[in-house]
Amino acid sequence: MSGTALTRLLSLYYWKRWLWAFVRFILIVGLSFVILYPILKKISTAIKDRTDLYSPIVVWIPENLSLDNFMYAIRTMDYWNTLLNTSFLASMTTVLTACSCALAGYGFARLKFKGSNLLFACVILTILVPPTTILIPMYLNLKDFTLLGLIPLFNGGRSVNLLNTYWPFILTSIFGISYKAGLFIFIFRQFFRGIPKEVEEAAYVDGANVTRTFTWIMLPNAIPAILTVCLFSFVWQWNDSFFTTTYLTSAKVMSTQLSSLPFNLQIALSGTAGRQDPFYLDMVQDTGTLLAILPLILIYLFVQRYFVESVERTGVVG
Amino acid sequence: MKMVFQWIGKRRSYEQQKAIWGFIYVLPWLIGFILFFLIPFIQSFRFSLSKVESQTSGIEIEFVGLDNYLYALTVHTSFNRTFVESILNMVVNVPLIIIFSMFLAALLNQRFRGRGLARAIFFLPVILASGVIASLEASSLVEALNNESDNGRFIHALGSFELERMMLEAGVSESIVLYLTGAVDRIYDIVSQSGVQILIFLAGIQSISTHLYEAAKIEGATGYEAFWKITFPMVSPLILVNVVYTVIDSFASNAVTDLVREVGFSNFNFGLSSAMAWIYFLAVSLILAITMWLISRRVFYYE
Repeated sequence: MSGTALTRLLSLYYWKRWLWAFVRFILIVGLSFVILYPILKKISTAIKDRTDLYSPIVVWIPENLSLDNFMYAIRTMDYWNTLLNTSFLASMTTVLTACSCALAGYGFARLKFKGSNLLFACVILTILVPPTTILIPMYLNLKDFTLLGLIPLFNGGRSVNLLNTYWPFILTSIFGISYKAGLFIFIFRQFFRGIPKEVEEAAYVDGANVTRTFTWIMLPNAIPAILTVCLFSFVWQWNDSFFTTTYLTSAKVMSTQLSSLPFNLQIALSGTAGRQDPFYLDMVQDTGTLLAILPLILIYLFVQRYFVESVERTGVVG
Repeated sequence: MKMVFQWIGKRRSYEQQKAIWGFIYVLPWLIGFILFFLIPFIQSFRFSLSKVESQTSGIEIEFVGLDNYLYALTVHTSFNRTFVESILNMVVNVPLIIIFSMFLAALLNQRFRGRGLARAIFFLPVILASGVIASLEASSLVEALNNESDNGRFIHALGSFELERMMLEAGVSESIVLYLTGAVDRIYDIVSQSGVQILIFLAGIQSISTHLYEAAKIEGATGYEAFWKITFPMVSPLILVNVVYTVIDSFASNAVTDLVREVGFSNFNFGLSSAMAWIYFLAVSLILAITMWLISRRVFYYE
């Protein structure tokens, strides 16, 4: 052993570094396992055959592979139709929310007017008030929607019922007040404030007006913020059970289908063999959950690299 | 009409023009705010003070004062318990989530092999731990069966039991020990709720300029000292952001929310339901106000 290697081996610094690397490795692997455990378990349950459920030798890897669970779950959830509806609803609200929030965020960040700080305080208020608090009046409003008494004027004195349509989601996203939209306005405002004023002023000097500056100069610079907001908004709309189960009780979207899956399964399966084994029902339900989050995981695999980078550059941090 | 044209045609300074555009840009949000937030918000307050009955002719509202609030707090069988439980849960979970996510952000910021993969895994809860999926997970029978069959629960309990005994013998105060072992038992809850918070802290840590660390290293500071003297003060404003985020994140699904919905939509007692929602809102704002006051006195701003 040469002298330098020996001194390196004896130095405290060297050992400390390796010890820390080891501890860090254990921590990260352990916590990753905690996070991945439910997903892995679901996958393992989904591909199990019914006979494996009570087999004592099957823990993770099933003895008899089968895709029966998938077939049952897809059929009971009307999966492809549901997938289409949910993707449509989520992408529509995402695009609309991103547009309205970007406008409002830019307005609050750079185009100050009298009372704009007061209005921004109102944005913070919408973030802080639990959606439960305004749930019932919202529900009643949407049931007899009048738009401040305007609609009855055209509709022969009747209001329209917007429940069980996509309209509540469309309207709230156009007006930038959908679920957690206040947060998105906040993100956009912080981001636009971080872009140097000189960029904007150069555009004005070159004769661009406010709209042109916004669409051609500021928006291309704000791509990280737009990505972040789009991802969050899409995911939250996809997973949202709070508003969806209240406003859209009969439409086939993922979260309503998922929450009524146990019930539907009971009906679908009880025709075949009398009373069903609750554990088996649960097995199919787990498969359903897996199917519901599968598209999200696939999207995440593609965008996560950009996502992590963009949040770092978004300046949520202020 | 002429006045309007005159107003539009008037020459304005650059600042005035920008102010008008600013108002136009904010206008969609403002309409939405009034229609879908302010009006329901005021209505909800009015409902909470009245007896609401829906008839075929429409909704009848009769002012009853604070009756609904008194009913919710003194007569209703489960509101008190649910309310206190979920507030306590919030108070216990928030500090754990904040500490955990700050620690992990510092960890994920270091250079090591497989960092990209580790980050991808740790942000996975951002997309998974919300809404219906989380609530279904809690009630899965197969999970329970699996836990029983491989004695997972038993080993788990044993682990924190050992830890508990060790710390008690070391003379740590009992309430702290119980808090910590509770944290170990709820590790999945905490990990799954701290995705966004890790992200925010990580972004904050990365915005700290490296020359601070270099200077500290030259002066002979260890990594531990650098964390407490540089990283911690620099990200301390984000603690506030994360506390607020953690609290509002718990709104979407908790026991009080479920109770409010049940009272409103299954029993059709809109007045009582609004009163419960308002009690919850007031309690949460009180907690937020106190934490903000406590934190903002200690936060360090580098400017």
